[in-house]
Amino acid sequence: MKSWLAQHRQALGLALQRLAANRLDTLLAALAVGIALALPAGGQMLLANALQLARNLSATPQISVFMALDAEPKTIVEVENKIRGHAGVAGLRRLPRSETLARMKKNQGLRDVIEALPGNPFPEAFVVTPRDESPAAMEPLRNEFAKLPKVEHVQLDSAWVSRLDALLRLGRIAVWLLAALFGVGLVAITFNTIRLQVLTQRAEIEVSRLLGATDAFIRRPFYYHGALQGISGGLVAWVIVSVAALLLQAPVAEIARLYAFDFSLELPPVIQGLQLLGVAAALGWLGSALSIGRHLGD
Amino acid sequence: MIRFEHVVKRYPPGGDALADVSFAIGKGELAMIAGHSGAGKSTLLKLISAIERPTSGTVLVNGQNVGALKRQALPYLRRNLGIVFQDQKLLFDRSVFDNVMLPLALSGFQGREADRRVRAALDKVGLLARERAMPMALSGGEQQKLALARAVVNRPNLLLADEPTAHLDADTAKDVCAILREFHRVGVTLLIASYDATLFADGMTRRLTLQQGRLLS
Ligand SMILES: Nc1ncnc2c1ncn2[C@@H]1O[C@H](COP(=O)(O)OP(=O)(O)OP(=O)(O)O)[C@@H](O)[C@H]1O
Ligand SMILES: [Mg+2]
Repeated sequence: MKSWLAQHRQALGLALQRLAANRLDTLLAALAVGIALALPAGGQMLLANALQLARNLSATPQISVFMALDAEPKTIVEVENKIRGHAGVAGLRRLPRSETLARMKKNQGLRDVIEALPGNPFPEAFVVTPRDESPAAMEPLRNEFAKLPKVEHVQLDSAWVSRLDALLRLGRIAVWLLAALFGVGLVAITFNTIRLQVLTQRAEIEVSRLLGATDAFIRRPFYYHGALQGISGGLVAWVIVSVAALLLQAPVAEIARLYAFDFSLELPPVIQGLQLLGVAAALGWLGSALSIGRHLGD
Repeated sequence: MIRFEHVVKRYPPGGDALADVSFAIGKGELAMIAGHSGAGKSTLLKLISAIERPTSGTVLVNGQNVGALKRQALPYLRRNLGIVFQDQKLLFDRSVFDNVMLPLALSGFQGREADRRVRAALDKVGLLARERAMPMALSGGEQQKLALARAVVNRPNLLLADEPTAHLDADTAKDVCAILREFHRVGVTLLIASYDATLFADGMTRRLTLQQGRLLS
């Protein structure tokens, strides 16, 4: 066990030495790998944020039912009772038009406009929470409510949420594709690095074999080399994504404020950074394993 | 310690580099392998370290049939041998010290004790003062001594030296011979290939002369 550890420490040391000996190559490789990884990692970050946003927005998908302006109080009560009694409805909140007016008047920009209007321009409205929140279940409800007397307009608040959902699904597939593509790229870059490294180290490899090095002894430093290159690339990607997120944070906050969303761009959590490094290390290891198998054969 | 039984080595597609060679060398001997260029001296040494395998016949080292060793077993055979290669095979991208460290490092031997052994080996060949030099900065004779130091740093009990005095002037060759003798004196079995039959005129326990792959008796 102790000698096993010592062997690996030795191989790691050797790999670090070789990386340090070719600083420029090491740097360039880390940049290449880093930029390749930054795309899927950045996509993943944006996606995570969009998901968060969608989750905030679609916490309670609702159906808004607007009555006609000339609806009698009696009709309104009838419609309210009908909807409340519907089997597909979990809850109903009535928004009296007077309250709506008062609320809107609080808004500085709207106050003047509203006061210039004759009477109350807002209709009586209900906010309905359906039992089943899936778009498929809400669609028939909307149609039913639209047929009730003096109902002017029924709006599915979930409509654009489900559109966003579909977009996010698309985004997720895109991110996975990117990740797969650039993962293969990373493996290819490492494959080539190790190929060149084997060429550079040819004399050392030959002499080591003649003096009694095991295959494992010769191969181990190359595995570490590949893994370390992956990790350094992962770090570069992490820096790129974090800097990009920091730069985007202010403009995104501004947009969110304009749209009155409660939303801010979150930096990816540290655990994700570690995952990125882990995956990059594994891919680097894989790339060197493939390369060693091919270039360090008997 | 070393025993060849009807060993044939053929490098395809050429003729036989060694043809039906049989001999035995005991522990503690100082044996010379003489012969002209191309006679098969290097080939004979390579068979002992299993760098080459016999086409037929048996090569026994310490009772082990090294011609039949599995690839995975080779490292353990070679670590117990000291080898001075005809072309030295020094690594020119690392210091004298690190060249000598290599055999220790690849058997997992590191740290202060390893450093001490490297310096002891360098001291024996008179290169201690040059431990930080790069091999390129050494003279031919010093490079040869460096190759010797690397061969003995693992304290092998069998040392194979292929033309250890080639390209050296008479004085330096004498130096190298003295170092080799010193190893022999402390109990190392020596097998030295050289076209110069006068080397080790005294102290030699055996001479094997090869002629076109055949052993002259
Ligand atoms: N790898 C090889 N492939 C083909 N032929 C070889 C190989 N190695 C040696 N030979 C041939 O085998 C014969 C013996 O070669 P070897 O190197 O053993 O000679 P030697 O006695 O060491 O010569 P020198 O004194 O020049 O080093 C030579 O004819 C050589 O051409
Ligand atoms: Mg030779």
